[in-house]
Amino acid sequence: MSYSTLKDVEEFTTVQSSHDRPNTLTSGHRGCQGCGEALGARCAIDAAHRETNGKIIVVNATGCLEVFTCYFPENSWNVPWLHSLFGNAPAVATGVAAALRRQGRDDVRVIAQGGDGSTFDIGMGCLSGMFDRNDDVLYICYDNQAYMNTGVQRSGATPPLARTATTLPNKSYMGSDSQTGKNVPKIAMAHGIPYIATASIANIPDLEEKVRRAIGIHGARYVHIHVPCPLGWGYPTSETIKIARLAIQCGLFPLFEAEHGKQVRSTQIEDLIPVEEYLRSQKRFAHLFGKNAPADAIGVLQNIANSNIELYRLSGGILNA
Amino acid sequence: MPKTFATVIEAGTSLGNHTGSWRTIKPEYIAGLPPCSATCPAGENIQLWLSLAKAGKFREAWEVMVRDNPFPAIMGRICYHSCEKTCCRGQFDGSVNINMIERSIGDAAITNGWKFADSAQNSGKKIIVVGAGPGGLSAAYFLRKLGHEVTVYESRAKPGGMMRYGVPRYRLSTEVMDAEIKRIEDYGVKIICGNKISGIHDDIIGEFDALYAAIGAHRASKTDVIMKNGAAVIDAIDLFRRLEETPMDLPSFGQKVFVYGGGNTAVDAARTALRLGAESVKIIYRRTINDMPAHEIEINAALSEGIEILCLRTINSIDGNSILVDKMNYDEEFEILSKSGDTEVFQADSVIFAIGQAMDTGFFRDFDAIRVTEKGRIEVDRNMMTQEEGIFAGGDIVPGKRSVTTAIGHAKKAARGIDTYVRGVTMPNKTKNDVAHFKKLNTVYYRKDPRINVSRPNDLSFHEIGVSYSDREIVRQASRCFSCGNCFHCYNCYEYCPDNAIIKHLDGSLEINYNYCKGCGICSSECPCGAIRMVADEKG
Ligand SMILES: Cc1cc2nc3c(=O)[nH]c(=O)nc-3n(C[C@H](O)[C@H](O)[C@H](O)COP(=O)(O)OP(=O)(O)OC[C@H]3O[C@@H](n4cnc5c(N)ncnc54)[C@H](O)[C@@H]3O)c2cc1C
Ligand SMILES: Cc1ncc(C[n+]2csc(CCOP(=O)(O)OP(=O)(O)O)c2C)c(N)n1
Ligand code: SF4
Ligand code: SF4
Ligand code: SF4
Ligand code: SF4
Ligand SMILES: [Mg+2]
Repeated sequence: MSYSTLKDVEEFTTVQSSHDRPNTLTSGHRGCQGCGEALGARCAIDAAHRETNGKIIVVNATGCLEVFTCYFPENSWNVPWLHSLFGNAPAVATGVAAALRRQGRDDVRVIAQGGDGSTFDIGMGCLSGMFDRNDDVLYICYDNQAYMNTGVQRSGATPPLARTATTLPNKSYMGSDSQTGKNVPKIAMAHGIPYIATASIANIPDLEEKVRRAIGIHGARYVHIHVPCPLGWGYPTSETIKIARLAIQCGLFPLFEAEHGKQVRSTQIEDLIPVEEYLRSQKRFAHLFGKNAPADAIGVLQNIANSNIELYRLSGGILNA
Repeated sequence: MPKTFATVIEAGTSLGNHTGSWRTIKPEYIAGLPPCSATCPAGENIQLWLSLAKAGKFREAWEVMVRDNPFPAIMGRICYHSCEKTCCRGQFDGSVNINMIERSIGDAAITNGWKFADSAQNSGKKIIVVGAGPGGLSAAYFLRKLGHEVTVYESRAKPGGMMRYGVPRYRLSTEVMDAEIKRIEDYGVKIICGNKISGIHDDIIGEFDALYAAIGAHRASKTDVIMKNGAAVIDAIDLFRRLEETPMDLPSFGQKVFVYGGGNTAVDAARTALRLGAESVKIIYRRTINDMPAHEIEINAALSEGIEILCLRTINSIDGNSILVDKMNYDEEFEILSKSGDTEVFQADSVIFAIGQAMDTGFFRDFDAIRVTEKGRIEVDRNMMTQEEGIFAGGDIVPGKRSVTTAIGHAKKAARGIDTYVRGVTMPNKTKNDVAHFKKLNTVYYRKDPRINVSRPNDLSFHEIGVSYSDREIVRQASRCFSCGNCFHCYNCYEYCPDNAIIKHLDGSLEINYNYCKGCGICSSECPCGAIRMVADEKG
């Protein structure tokens, strides 16, 4: 993620920096300016494409990523791509995988993908079933922490105290009231599936490596990618990567991998920062710094970061809430 | 395949949807002027040669250096390196060690006998340069490079000017200086030593198309210190000259030596006295230590050698061996210096005066048009030409800082001016790029990697104190450059663009595809070195 020196043109290793990267999600899509989800999806699917020599089929749930990439009759995907419903992508992908198995095609790999809404909420049942059956599908969740496509409604992935269209703060209400959020990586771990990883668009080499690993394993796999949304979170479009980076640095978004239900690796935080720095940079948390903000509001989020740091062993030190 | 409906719209790619129309601001790759270059008096393209050095291409790096400065090994030793003061890395974990890398590569050039690249085709024009100091020699080099026939006249026995007859040998060895001067001679520049040009009316001058005067400032400035009863006073410049010309016949200055002045010359004089056997050396300076014009590195070196600096004092009079000193008061708020009324008396075997030099304006006396400033310097225009057509001047005799590097910078400008003058063409207007600032960088992408200096124990001799880096050290230290304001091909912009609106060509070059760029600004924010700026988009 950082260079101690100037890099040489030849030294490059990432798929994203190669001049002939697949661009599975190509230009002309209608994602917002600075969309983190568009970037995250291209990075992930490009990595899978490179690893499999293009032998992938992608099933997409409803959501921004689906809507902004397939504005009939245009389509931005340079891979075989299917869309059915908001909640059924894991089930559709299971079907695709079954059909391939029936045809004896074990070279073609199947990916299902969706936003946090479809993953955490409406598609949870299908996803859990896919995990339970250990279907040969890689599921990728692009987590922008709300239902963005329909106008920023709260989802199970929305952090506590965040403002969304359905959790508008007022004098007596401080925003989304879930205390810990729903944790799908942990739910996936509880299913004991062979591979789980979290990744971020602020660390592309790491993201690519995790997708590469995931696509090579058989059975149900889950990759969860943090993708900031300038529209829904309220920050300048140029800061998408910065916000993603701050989320990692404060501990609110831990980078780790788990195999068969056990955590196996995590990425150490280089320069630990207080959550405040991350929160302050987004309008969805602006009310936490206003006149009416309760004293412990930031502490709630700092505590989540602290327990992440402890649980995933992200750093030597923990910041006091 | 048979069509099942009356109308079937084929699905196509989204590439037909030119999202560039959404944009109100757009990114642009820039070529910023790195602050190091902006403050290098010779205007070296430091960033470029550092990137070559980093790749182990020392010869190519040296070739870039000598585009702007024919003396890399000398400057790597005695330049005051203002470049390092403004180096952006200084605000991160210590500036890039530009000076020491320059020295090391300059040394490699001497060791390997690298020569200058061929000069331009002969112009048939003859230029005379008066003075073979760094100013005259580098002007001769730049002019030769442009294809002119150049002759340098020097009054002293050897070329080098103050580099030879000023700068002491423990900072710059004769071998290094001679090697870099010889390379200029080998390039086809004729240097005639021991030939003083009495003035610009001189007969010789008629044969030339233009003249560059770089005669330096060698006369000790006048002083109002009262001296009686055989005060043992030595002029610093005279001491340095004799050290070079008649090392066996030096003024004897005894054991207790005082040096009067606060500039580099004073510090050099003090350190020289110490090396010549003085037991105690004290510098007397009128203002505070922070005001001393001498370079900080030099002051610290002097202090570490045991030289004492007595600040806020002026010499009132010298009576034989006793010096009467006025103690000064300094009002920090109003920055006013005044005599406190207190005095002190010191016993000294000798006092070295290093209070500045003036030039010999007599050289220009026959030309009324040539103006001399109040401070006794020759007025020149932006091409370094005096009011007299065809007569150019630079270095210590024109207004500005007095340093070797400044003299080289003047010479470069003058050579361009002379070239356009003798060819009868006009100088194209050059636009300067915007200076890249630390604030425009995104330093999260750089890892802390503090600078490393190399040194040898100081034995208080006249052998050179400094040392050069090994090849590996050059690469390591050069790698620390941020590449401020200029793309170094990290490909962050290409990786991060959510719209694939950046094209990476096979050769690694980058291009923005404005058909799709939505103007989000991510590429600009995530460029480590500030090589992309966002500007208002003036679409038709
Ligand atoms: C002790 C000392 C230490 C210094 N240390 C440093 C340092 O570490 N770094 C740095 O950057 N600068 C240093 N300087 C300043 C630097 O040396 C000068 O700024 C620089 O040499 C000026 O170059 P120049 O070519 O203009 O003049 P000079 O170097 O003075 O050269 C002028 C030449 O012209 C010759 N000349 C004069 N009149 C005639 C004539 N009529 N005919 C023919 N020839 C003539 C002179 O003999 C001389 O050789 C130092 C100066 C001194 C005195
Ligand atoms: C069954 C059903 N209910 C509601 C919708 C409307 N809808 C479309 S996308 C979307 C939100 C998607 O949110 P998320 O999965 O987080 O993806 P994002 O748009 O945030 O990327 C909703 C509610 C739908 N398409 N289908
Ligand atoms: S709303 Fe958010 S997730 Fe959806 S396209 Fe815009 S930036 Fe991307
Ligand atoms: S980091 Fe490099 S380009 Fe920037 S100021 Fe320093 S030397 Fe110059
Ligand atoms: S981000 Fe990297 S590749 Fe892009 S302009 Fe900046 S230095 Fe060059
Ligand atoms: S990241 Fe892409 S879309 Fe955004 S400004 Fe840069 S080139 Fe344009
Ligand atoms: Mg969402």
